[in-house]
Amino acid sequence: MATKKKAVRSKPSGKKSNTIRLKFDTSWSYAPAPESKSAATIDKQYDLFINGTWQKPLSKKYFSTINPANEEKLAEVAEASEADVNKAVDAARTAYEDVWKKMPPKERAKYIFRIARIVQEKARELAIIETLDGGKPIRESRDFDVPTAANHFFYYAGWADKLEYAFPNRRTSPLGVAGQIIPWNFPLLMAAWKIAPALATGNTVVLKPAETTPLTALKLAEIIQEADLPPGVVNILTGAGATGAAIVNHPGINKIAFTGSTEVGKIIQRAIAGTNKKATLELGGKAANIIFEDAPLDQAVEGVINGIFFNQGHVCCAGSRLYVQESVAKEVIRKLKDRMESLLVGDPLDKNTDIGAINSKQQLDTIRKYISIGKKEGAEMYESSCRLPGKGFYCRPTLFTNVAQSNRIAQEEIFGPVLAIITFRTDDEVIEKANNSPYGLSAGVWTDKGSKIFNMTKRLRAGVVWANTFNKFDPASPFGGYKESGFGREGGLHGLLPYVQLTS
Amino acid sequence: MPLPREKIIRPDFSLSPRIDQVGVEERASRFTKRSIKKETKLNGLKLVLNMIDLTTLEGKDTDGKVKQLCYKAMHPHDALPGLPTVAAVCVYPTMVKVAKKALEGSGIKVASVTTAFPSGQAPRDVKIRDTKYAVANGADEVDMVISRGKFHAGEYNFVYDEIAMIKEACGEARLKVILETGELGTYDKVRRASDIAMQAGADFIKTSTGKIQPAATMPVTLVMLEAIRDFYYRTGKMTGMKPAGGISKSKLALHYLVMVKEVLGEDWLSNEWFRFGASSLANDVLMQLVKEETGLYQAGNYFSAD
Repeated sequence: MATKKKAVRSKPSGKKSNTIRLKFDTSWSYAPAPESKSAATIDKQYDLFINGTWQKPLSKKYFSTINPANEEKLAEVAEASEADVNKAVDAARTAYEDVWKKMPPKERAKYIFRIARIVQEKARELAIIETLDGGKPIRESRDFDVPTAANHFFYYAGWADKLEYAFPNRRTSPLGVAGQIIPWNFPLLMAAWKIAPALATGNTVVLKPAETTPLTALKLAEIIQEADLPPGVVNILTGAGATGAAIVNHPGINKIAFTGSTEVGKIIQRAIAGTNKKATLELGGKAANIIFEDAPLDQAVEGVINGIFFNQGHVCCAGSRLYVQESVAKEVIRKLKDRMESLLVGDPLDKNTDIGAINSKQQLDTIRKYISIGKKEGAEMYESSCRLPGKGFYCRPTLFTNVAQSNRIAQEEIFGPVLAIITFRTDDEVIEKANNSPYGLSAGVWTDKGSKIFNMTKRLRAGVVWANTFNKFDPASPFGGYKESGFGREGGLHGLLPYVQLTS
Repeated sequence: MPLPREKIIRPDFSLSPRIDQVGVEERASRFTKRSIKKETKLNGLKLVLNMIDLTTLEGKDTDGKVKQLCYKAMHPHDALPGLPTVAAVCVYPTMVKVAKKALEGSGIKVASVTTAFPSGQAPRDVKIRDTKYAVANGADEVDMVISRGKFHAGEYNFVYDEIAMIKEACGEARLKVILETGELGTYDKVRRASDIAMQAGADFIKTSTGKIQPAATMPVTLVMLEAIRDFYYRTGKMTGMKPAGGISKSKLALHYLVMVKEVLGEDWLSNEWFRFGASSLANDVLMQLVKEETGLYQAGNYFSAD
């Protein structure tokens, strides 16, 4: 049988062990199964989506967005200046006052349903573009990002004319114009998270996608155009940090919704202090994933793998700190290493790929920096022995053992496929360690004992706690953090609240 | 002087690892997402064909039927040259002699079900005689069933001892232990039964008799493969796996291969360590192989129905 020629291979690092190991590099290997690029159309150049039309940037500036899997340029997108932001906010304000605010909720819902259905119809194209622009494996964009984004629109479309039931005995009114800034890890899904509840509650939107992944948001603008949404209700501006700052500081903005780093979250909070802008911030995380000795270990290992390597670890709620009870630590680590060997790293467009490309050169540098910090701190590194493509930004699935609570790799958000493993002995000890973090976005508990699950979830200071599973999302379920992971909730009934003014 | 059997301390099988149903089913469904095409598909199909235990286990089995099945085992589809044979032919003990003679020199193994297959409801000495009879008649492999009643009653040591005794009765023959997972009810119990069987000396663990629904499923097979992996790490001893019943399509069989590849790796990807207990699967694999060669699907009538 055909054996593939071996390309660059790394030697398994760490101590040499004499114990037996399974061999996952089998003679029966998978043939490439790439999704076809021709199913997606990407224009050479994109302008700004303001007032329902594509408008040239007043800045006259454009920047390139590249495919992180091969570093090829995909398109040029406009860079919105302060003047462009002013135009967009004006358009959003006019649309809010003249059209959207006055529209019967039932009619608003129709538009949102329409967006949801068109997202579904164009699911394949959106998945391909998401993968091309962001580097995530097509399996994830196809099976997770795009369908979940469509579900969010469906879910909030349903709420639009039922707000009186969401807040019984209260009257709701929209806030006005929402400025929304989203990250590069789930570009389309985050746009859906932001736009859907804002529209359902009667607000209009100025949204800025991340500079490395603007394309699906621009595709969403095309969809919004196709859905015949009244001009100005949704405006999409591409750009970098300065564009975001212009949105945050614009006096015409009533509400800021931001997902991104804690560092930028703090800047935003400082900027809006003293104004009457409302805000929800969904920031970083360093989730504790806790395995007790009575847990179903194989499923726990799978959950840990999914928790840290989903979307190359570019997940704010990634389970990046693994707490494993000492009595099973050796076994869990061995199982993790085996499972890492069977992960396929490579071309994100290949349907068999488990782990795609790191989103940007800059992020890859950050991840590498933390890996070298981890080594310097004396933790023991292990990475899978997979082949990496020659071009593009890639990082092997990596774990660190012998990590202490005081290590930087255990404290700071790496936002990459790097897992820090810490052992513990008792319940109290692990609660203390898990809560010993400036973050509090999510956590996971693995045990066969129901009572233990409830005991743990009550004491863990995290917005989401998963039990015997990880990274599960549903539009009906709220999401958000404690402490420096931000405030406000997105998703579910709770996700309506940040976009409405309640009066009795 | 070895200890008498009742004095030997066996592991507490009630402590076997627990399995989370949702998690194991989710993981099993991931294997079906691999895209298998071109040479991967062709090689995979050949491998599947080579792993099949062609089986006839009916009350109405005759010498003639068994001989025909044996011919099919050696010549799956002569219209397409260069095909591998199947791994074994699996019959009742009374048919072993006929099968052995018909398969002489082909390298194809003769497997026999024993121990009062399929229910296993017989006294132990009958089960042992059943096994010895099959081996004496030339069976290379023995497929035994465990005592599910005793297992459910919590008499794990009884089940353990019985497997160990049958293993002794097998002599040189390789022992496959059928757990009949469709009667066990939970993944926890599948895992526990797998651990008992391997600890007692099974060469293979097998899901089902094919007489009970549900037979083999991917999550059940995954639980057993993970038990095999854990046992291998603990003891260094490889154990084979045979899902049986309910696998009749090539695509599903390829999903199983993906699972073996990603759970146990290279060493288990041969018919020495992995088998399919299925008969209708063979023709579907042949149909796919012909399609891969010629680009056209042929009607079922072109493939022999033995």
